Amino acid sequence: MLAHFTNVITVFLMVAGLFIITARGNLIKKLVGLSLFQTSVYLLYITPGKLIGGTAPILSPAYTVYSNPLPHVLILTAIVVGVSTLALGLALTVRIREAYGSIEEDEILALDHSVEDDEARESH
Amino acid sequence: MDSLILASLVLPVFGAAGILLAGRWPNLRESVTIVTAVATFACVVQLVEPVLAGSQPGVRLFELFSGLPVAFRVEPLGMIFALVASGLWIVSSIYSIGYMRGNGEHDQTRFYVCFALSIAAALGIAFSANLLTLFLFYEILTLITYPLVTHSRTEKAKRGGRVYLAILMGTSMLFLLPAIIYTWHVAGTTDFRVGGILPATLTPGALTALLALYMFGIGKAALMPFHRWLPAAMVAPTPVSALLHAVAVVKAGVFSVVKVVAYVFGAGVLAGQTGWLIAVAAFTILAASIVALRADNFKRRLAYSTVSQLSYIVLAAVVLTPLSTVGAALHIVSHALGKITLFFTAGAIYTAAHQTEISQFDGIGRRMPWTMTAFTIGSLSIIGIPPFVGFVSKWYILSGALSAGMLQVAAVFLLSTLLNAAYLLPIVHRAFFREPVHDDHHGEHGEAPPFMVIAVCLTAAGTLAVALFPDVLVGLAQRIVSGGGV
Amino acid sequence: MALAQHLPALQVILPLISAPLAILFRRAGPAFLIVTAAAWLSFAIAIALFLQVDASGLISYPMGNWQPPWGIEYRLDRLNSFMLVLVSGMAAIVLPYARGSIEREIPHESHYMFYAMLGLCLTGLLGIVITGDAFNLFVFLEVSSLSTYVLIAMGRDRRALTAAYQYLIMGSIGATFIVIGIGFLYLMTGTLNLADMVPRVAVIESSRPGLAALAFISVGVSLKVALFPLHQWLPNAYTYAPSSVSAFLAATATKVALYALIRFYFTVFGDNFVFGKLPLPEFMLILSLFAMLFANAIAIFQDNLKRLFAYSSVGQIGYITLGLSFDSVHGVGASIMHLFNHGVAKGAIFLLIGGAVARMTTRQAAPPAPTFERIAGLSKAMPLTCFGVVLGGLSLIGVPGTAGFVSKWYLVLAAMEKGQWWLVGAILVSSLLAVAYVWRFVEAAYFRAPPAGRETGKEAPFALLIPGWLLILATLWFGLDTSFTAGAALDAAQQLVHSGN
Repeated sequence: MLAHFTNVITVFLMVAGLFIITARGNLIKKLVGLSLFQTSVYLLYITPGKLIGGTAPILSPAYTVYSNPLPHVLILTAIVVGVSTLALGLALTVRIREAYGSIEEDEILALDHSVEDDEARESH
Repeated sequence: MDSLILASLVLPVFGAAGILLAGRWPNLRESVTIVTAVATFACVVQLVEPVLAGSQPGVRLFELFSGLPVAFRVEPLGMIFALVASGLWIVSSIYSIGYMRGNGEHDQTRFYVCFALSIAAALGIAFSANLLTLFLFYEILTLITYPLVTHSRTEKAKRGGRVYLAILMGTSMLFLLPAIIYTWHVAGTTDFRVGGILPATLTPGALTALLALYMFGIGKAALMPFHRWLPAAMVAPTPVSALLHAVAVVKAGVFSVVKVVAYVFGAGVLAGQTGWLIAVAAFTILAASIVALRADNFKRRLAYSTVSQLSYIVLAAVVLTPLSTVGAALHIVSHALGKITLFFTAGAIYTAAHQTEISQFDGIGRRMPWTMTAFTIGSLSIIGIPPFVGFVSKWYILSGALSAGMLQVAAVFLLSTLLNAAYLLPIVHRAFFREPVHDDHHGEHGEAPPFMVIAVCLTAAGTLAVALFPDVLVGLAQRIVSGGGV
Repeated sequence: MALAQHLPALQVILPLISAPLAILFRRAGPAFLIVTAAAWLSFAIAIALFLQVDASGLISYPMGNWQPPWGIEYRLDRLNSFMLVLVSGMAAIVLPYARGSIEREIPHESHYMFYAMLGLCLTGLLGIVITGDAFNLFVFLEVSSLSTYVLIAMGRDRRALTAAYQYLIMGSIGATFIVIGIGFLYLMTGTLNLADMVPRVAVIESSRPGLAALAFISVGVSLKVALFPLHQWLPNAYTYAPSSVSAFLAATATKVALYALIRFYFTVFGDNFVFGKLPLPEFMLILSLFAMLFANAIAIFQDNLKRLFAYSSVGQIGYITLGLSFDSVHGVGASIMHLFNHGVAKGAIFLLIGGAVARMTTRQAAPPAPTFERIAGLSKAMPLTCFGVVLGGLSLIGVPGTAGFVSKWYLVLAAMEKGQWWLVGAILVSSLLAVAYVWRFVEAAYFRAPPAGRETGKEAPFALLIPGWLLILATLWFGLDTSFTAGAALDAAQQLVHSGN
């Protein structure tokens, strides 16, 4: 029952994240969506590895029930990757704000188009 | 022997490098061209004797695909084509000097470099031992002649170049390449062998489709409806039109056609399958002649005449009798000599009188007697009047058609001979028997520069000489059908 | 001897160490030397490994001596030893080029960062190729991706920033999809070692999580591959990145992603399942056709040369996926060959265009976009550059005598073996589209008059010309001597196609 429950959350986070990425034009919000999306993966990996009442894998006869450590370790790496992606994305957003004066996708696109029009006019 | 084959292929390439290096000194550059041309021809000539004796020397280079090498083998037909291409290169080099200097053309170094490389590619086609090698040089020839076609860099040249490239690249990629790959797929080889290489299991439908892919894929043979590149290529300087679009490139096309018919399909496989192709070739002969009849631009008329004459060779090849095959091979030579003479005169008139339209040629024969006499001889040869070489080849083709009982083919030939006369002789008449027009704002002019006159006279004399001493060529041509030791 | 055993580890570790070292020096000169040395060494190692695999077959290297399947295994077969040569070779050529080209594109004080990022990117790409561990593959994918985003953002045009951002979003979604797929596989099989996974996947592949894993991995990798219609990030990224980065990415990044696709389809899931039991070949075939015909057609109408050749890349990727969908030795062989042949030719073209742009750039302004207007009549000023681009273009078309012809030959042969004549037609039509865009360049560069006021008259700097021409010569060489490319590719295909499962 619990496994089922976590899967629902996983899928909800996944879809919510993807939705934010596509539906929002604000570059920061998109990154928030991306983070949510990546977070769902952490759940996907960790929940099946966790046993209720299980401990860390300690080699001792006292503990017989323990969680699988490997998914935890993997997700530690994935979290690092996620954080760096977010950091890089935010850094890019700062630079974009400096260059365009906006972090709204449609405004940036409009600025780009006007530049392209200028370029085209220049060349003709 | 191997070294001779490689030498004749590599010499023009080295020549091109030499021309590039000597680019700043025109006299040296042109000397390099002529020396290379003579040396190449000498190499090719030395191969004649062994080939005539029945041996077929060959060289294998590297394997491009496993079991499918780039390889050369000199067989009689290739020998003939190589002789024509390399021999006429000498003459047209002499001619080019006159033309390029006489017209003050730009970028002459590039011109001579590309010219030399085109000859190397043509020789590569001539000596190719399999379809892959042929295709390799076929495409190289297309690309290397593109800068020549568009030499003038004008808008018109650009458009002509587009048509040239679109048709030649388009047909070769869309039709020829799949045909070759399919041949490799079903036959496991692409070598040229007497009697063909296709397996007997091929259905007639597949055979016809493959034949169509080959015939239309070899766009350089200018079979209608893929002939339009040839008139489009006439924007090139005249030496290019003369050597490449009357000799090397178009002959590479019909040469490939003859080779494919004889050595990939084989007469046995094709027997009774070629009716539609005969019809297409016959239509091309007549239709192109009629277009030529109506063309006022001199080079355009010659271009359509070339289209029609090329189909003679295609037609002769697919009649599939030994005599007509000999005729096809001989016609490669005779049309080359005749048509190069005519193109040379076109260039000579352009250089001396700056005239390009036939209607402006009134009385031009009085000012340019040598040139126009040569033109007359060339025309007579093309029409097929003895004692010129055109008669010899047409004779063989006609005999071949008659021996196969193809009266309609013979009729096409006769009709087209009349058409030939109808579009060539009026020019002779105009040049010699009409009064010159005196309001000519280009002023008085005389004969063309000596280099050009010499070249024109040489090729005109060639049409007579080959007809009088045809032994070597006929011997080679007969080797094709009698088969040498393969 | 001991060192020779550790070549697989050194292959990745050398460029990995070079990056932080470059950062530590904080100066362009030493950073360049370190990363270049690492790239050249890793190229040498790649060749050594290739020869070793050629001679003795599979190499398995347990990382840190932890035995597989528990530890991370580096595993080399014909396919990835071939890919290593491509990736490290391109880096070895692009780095010396970059030294000349970034001078005008990137502020001098961040040059050392550029080299460090290039080193990291190389690390990631080599890691993806060499590793035999699924999660490790994801980590390397992210190493290469993150550094790529930075490299693209270093372009001087501000649109480079948006291109990098766009790629970051798309790329991260792709990578996350891949990691979801890997997660499913791990949950179902209990292992992350790809070789160890093979027999276990065979049992579960038809189950719903198995199919979900395949679906997630397919979409994720296709995003990185830029398979039509998931290619939107690619044109901007290639167009606005610094020249050396465009060249390096065009030659390697999508190619490595394709490698991952081949690895998952043919090794992990097995082609008998992926192409035999699922409707995937039809799906892939249609997408490939769209890529070949649409992207190539779009390329014809581009005004910016870099963007033109970027779209051409999308089209050429279509050839590669088309070959995969045939699932035959010749088809897959053609794809693997084309990975290499196209990488070399396209890398060369981007390097040469970069050289031309560098000559047109003044120090103050951003580099001008190489539009057709600007390159009009360029052949007078830069004959070698233009001729090189034309030769590279001929390879994209697949003219005999160039490398592109060899892969096209096998691709057409594979289509014929399937009896699919209409596909033969489609392949050849798409190569005619390539004629059209290459000839647009020819006509602009050779026929049009130079625009007024362009101060040219000089060939591109030799430091930029030579790397480009080296690759052009390689394109011609591999068009005639195919023993390396076709030999390795067909061998690899033999190992992959119908290899059991």
